[in-house]
Amino acid sequence: MKILVTAKRVEDPESKIKVKPDGSGIVPEGLKYKINPFDEIAVEEALRLSAAHTGDVVVVSIGTKDVHEQLRHALAMGATKAVWVNHTGALDQLAIARLLQKVVEKEKPDLVILGKQSIDDDQNQVGQYLAEFLGWSQATFASKVEALDSDAEKNKQPGLKLTADKKGLTVVREVDGGLSTLECSLPAVVTTDLRLNQPRYASLPGIMKAKSKPIEELTPAALAVDVAPKLTVTKLSSPPARKAGIKVADVPALVEKLKNEAKAF
Amino acid sequence: MPIVLIVAETQPDGGLRKASLNALTAGAQLAKAAGAELHAVVLAKDAGAVAAQVKDYGVKVVHAGSAAHLEHGLAEALAPAIADLAASIKADWVGAAATAQGRDTLPRVAARLNAAMATDVTGFTGSGADVAVMRPMWAGAVIAEVKLHTPVKVFTVRTTEFPAAEKSGGGEVKAFAPAAPKLPTKHVEFKEVKSARPNLTEAKVVVSGGRGTKGDFKEIEALADELNAAVGASRAVCDAGWQPNDLQVGQTGKVVAPQLYVAAGISGAIQHLAGMKGSKTIVAINKDPEAPIFQVADYGLVADLFKALPELRTAIKAAK
Ligand SMILES: Cc1cc2nc3c(=O)[nH]c(=O)nc-3n(C[C@H](O)[C@H](O)[C@H](O)COP(=O)(O)OP(=O)(O)OC[C@H]3O[C@@H](n4cnc5c(N)ncnc54)[C@H](O)[C@@H]3O)c2cc1C
Ligand SMILES: Nc1ncnc2c1ncn2[C@@H]1O[C@H](COP(=O)(O)O)[C@@H](O)[C@H]1O
Repeated sequence: MKILVTAKRVEDPESKIKVKPDGSGIVPEGLKYKINPFDEIAVEEALRLSAAHTGDVVVVSIGTKDVHEQLRHALAMGATKAVWVNHTGALDQLAIARLLQKVVEKEKPDLVILGKQSIDDDQNQVGQYLAEFLGWSQATFASKVEALDSDAEKNKQPGLKLTADKKGLTVVREVDGGLSTLECSLPAVVTTDLRLNQPRYASLPGIMKAKSKPIEELTPAALAVDVAPKLTVTKLSSPPARKAGIKVADVPALVEKLKNEAKAF
Repeated sequence: MPIVLIVAETQPDGGLRKASLNALTAGAQLAKAAGAELHAVVLAKDAGAVAAQVKDYGVKVVHAGSAAHLEHGLAEALAPAIADLAASIKADWVGAAATAQGRDTLPRVAARLNAAMATDVTGFTGSGADVAVMRPMWAGAVIAEVKLHTPVKVFTVRTTEFPAAEKSGGGEVKAFAPAAPKLPTKHVEFKEVKSARPNLTEAKVVVSGGRGTKGDFKEIEALADELNAAVGASRAVCDAGWQPNDLQVGQTGKVVAPQLYVAAGISGAIQHLAGMKGSKTIVAINKDPEAPIFQVADYGLVADLFKALPELRTAIKAAK
């Protein structure tokens, strides 16, 4: 089973994001970068599936040479090979999905696993765009029935389950009001939610091995994709700050404020 | 005249999802700014009843698409129906509430229409063909003004930023029958998490617990019941399996903006704040006086939640 996963480079979720005074971007100083947390879950799931059913895991990232860091991270976790789509400058979800479509057509995986959203853009779109462009089945927000402290998780069992005939994939999804289960026919596109798995740490031997694993370089031009943005961010601003509140001494003081000031009940 | 098309969602029980009323308000605001007329579409096995309901909310035309294959709301089933309708009525904008179904389906609609898309829109600026949308990025640390440059533009709406639409005269219902595509995906089951409490995204009061509860939600629930509130949770709680996933409030969970939000044993990470900082009044109970949640709380109480919550419940009961 060949699985393709994505690894976007994003600001560390612990970083404090500040807008530049002129609204043209965010302040780059002091930022750290990581693999998008949802993508790390995607890599983990792909590794578990490939361990259970044998097969390769190909990781793709689109961006400047800096994304090699995220590709190496996925390779160190255990991915087989990496594809780097070399591009400098803004990209919208439409362009990313078109690029991924071309990479998928080249690599011909049975399954593509992406994060449900990137924690910088917070768009939650690329997987769905990609599934439609490919005409494939989609299952967004993949999760599982077992909790993250369950034995299934400790034994690193995949949350995504191949059907008995191996032509389909059963996916449990986090949706409004509960969990929905879909059966996707393969090939399919799956996007991960937080509770699908707990990603492994890269081991030292894994990190050493990753250094010699191949990173194939592609470009939008080579893939014949026009990446001119159809969505542009024209201005950034900080959200209105909440006005500072107070600390109350005890429960009676809190109830008094809630009743008389906030009129909360 | 340009057209704004809002997708109204039906729930598993067949009724209209309330979030769609907020999306209709957003649609009306957009239609006003863009000089457009507002249409809606309802897709279901039998869309008639919900469409008849939606037509009263300031909508010119409600397109009621009924077909058996729409029953479970699969993106692969809904997207062609929406995109084909949008193309046939020449819609300029297609939007929906940013529910799980809206997020699942609308990007697929956008792909079919080769359209750019904005998720979680919080407002519109500009007018005519120049309308731009506002949306949060980086867990709400940033508000972006975004322009979509494709002929058709697609969006989902952050429902807490728009009030629910009110009835304002009837439009017309037009029935249509979406063609059934070959579906590569099968619905297996929906396991509903049933709760007698109000819905998290609709409740006027939310009482949320974090890791500080150590998984014991008895006092959270008791206070929620006293205040007729919904129960919410931080990611730590849902990850541990202490509460259902559906209760997670935050960047990657539910966004809520109740009259009153009580956070107990929650530290206040930016990813959590992203889902609740629009609440009218925020109360934080945390034993760590330095917890970041106090920076957004109107009223902060430094205390052990196991002691403070029962006291609070008793005092509220007495003061009511
Ligand atoms: C990609 C990504 C997405 C995320 N999305 C979300 C999201 O949508 N929602 C979300 O909530 N988080 C999200 N997070 C996680 C977030 O960063 C925090 O880790 C999480 O919110 C912490 O949960 P918590 O406040 O319950 O736990 P902690 O941070 O561990 O805080 C527990 C708090 O309880 C207090 N406490 C302990 N005992 C008591 C007691 N007896 N009485 C009173 N107070 C007590 C402690 O002082 C502490 O402040 C996300 C993270 C990532 C990386
Ligand atoms: N530049 C990129 N390179 C690789 N994958 C990406 C890139 N941008 C987005 N993705 C993938 O698309 C998913 C959804 O992103 P988004 O639609 O931007 O929220 C992410 O979790 C990634 O897996």
